[in-house]
Amino acid sequence: MLANRRLLCRIFVLILIAFATYAVLSTRANNIHRSKTSAADPKINKMATADPKLADGLAAWKQIYSVMISPRCINCHTATNYPQQGDDRHRHFANVVRGREGRGVPALSCIGCHQEVNADSTGVPGGPDWHLAPLSMRWQDKNDRPLSSAAVCRSVTDKSKNENMDGRALLTHHQEAGLVLWAWNPGRRPDGTMRTVPPLTHTEFVNATRTWVEAGTPCPREK
Amino acid sequence: MATYQLNVNGQTKKVDADPSTPLLWVLREELKMTGTKYGCGISACGACTVHLNGVATRSCIVPVSLIGDQKIIAIEGIGADPVGRAVQSAWVEKDVVQCGYCQSGQIMSAVALLKATSKPTDTNIEESMGGNLCRCATYVRIREAIKRAAEQLT
Repeated sequence: MLANRRLLCRIFVLILIAFATYAVLSTRANNIHRSKTSAADPKINKMATADPKLADGLAAWKQIYSVMISPRCINCHTATNYPQQGDDRHRHFANVVRGREGRGVPALSCIGCHQEVNADSTGVPGGPDWHLAPLSMRWQDKNDRPLSSAAVCRSVTDKSKNENMDGRALLTHHQEAGLVLWAWNPGRRPDGTMRTVPPLTHTEFVNATRTWVEAGTPCPREK
Repeated sequence: MATYQLNVNGQTKKVDADPSTPLLWVLREELKMTGTKYGCGISACGACTVHLNGVATRSCIVPVSLIGDQKIIAIEGIGADPVGRAVQSAWVEKDVVQCGYCQSGQIMSAVALLKATSKPTDTNIEESMGGNLCRCATYVRIREAIKRAAEQLT
């Protein structure tokens, strides 16, 4: 009888300890999550208080930037004399060079391999007028490192560099441009596996662009 | 299988092929035009180069289903073109070929270069011909022949 009561007491104490531990851990986890969210963008939080639309615009730009520096986009926004390929963004094989207009050189032009659509049976990606972005739209430095969010934003919003596109035109570009759309339909690699796509869906990307444009295409400050 | 009507060297050719078949194999196996060579099969060596609407194109990686009505010029037809003739003549004059396996592709690329750039510099030649590999390393003679052809054409 006495042994049974002791056992019951022990079980009760163990349950109490378990509840207490759970309560402490879940509170800490919530605090960590909150502090991470706010620590991620203290400037945005600060601005959100002052100007919610600006903060929304900057948050949207952050999403846009995450797409722009994904391999499917940035591989053709190089600062060098060559495109890149693959998720590891290595130099394009076969000695391919940029050429005067970003379309390769005679006898070794982009469209000499890249047709209007993906060639999944041979693993060669394709899209309309396959070419490199102009050097004014480079999103990398000469060592193939992505430029900062602020630097990319500055160049994307500079009409002297972006083929005279205002916010509306940028939105249309993100919605409709053939090579932009290709990023979400990149086809198969030569080994038959699918190429990876950017971190947002195309719809999310367009929605983020719309929010950013409606906020006046704000750019983050250089850290 | 599907049926395709291809414009090859100015002639219409009807072929039955799987849509995924690379143009190279349609030329070689279906049309028995074996001048265009298989080298690497991944567009890395240039041996399979043909012209598609005048653009030097790697036929080993272009499925026949994507050709449509584009005009194909293969090595067997390049002599009908004045630039092609000049390049062939320079190739013979400079005795470019060693084993010769890559030369169909080299000539097709050289013609594309000269059609776009009448007086190519060494840099032009290096950049444009950089995707055509020659395991016999006849690069010096290839460069000389391209310059000779350019002289003949001016």
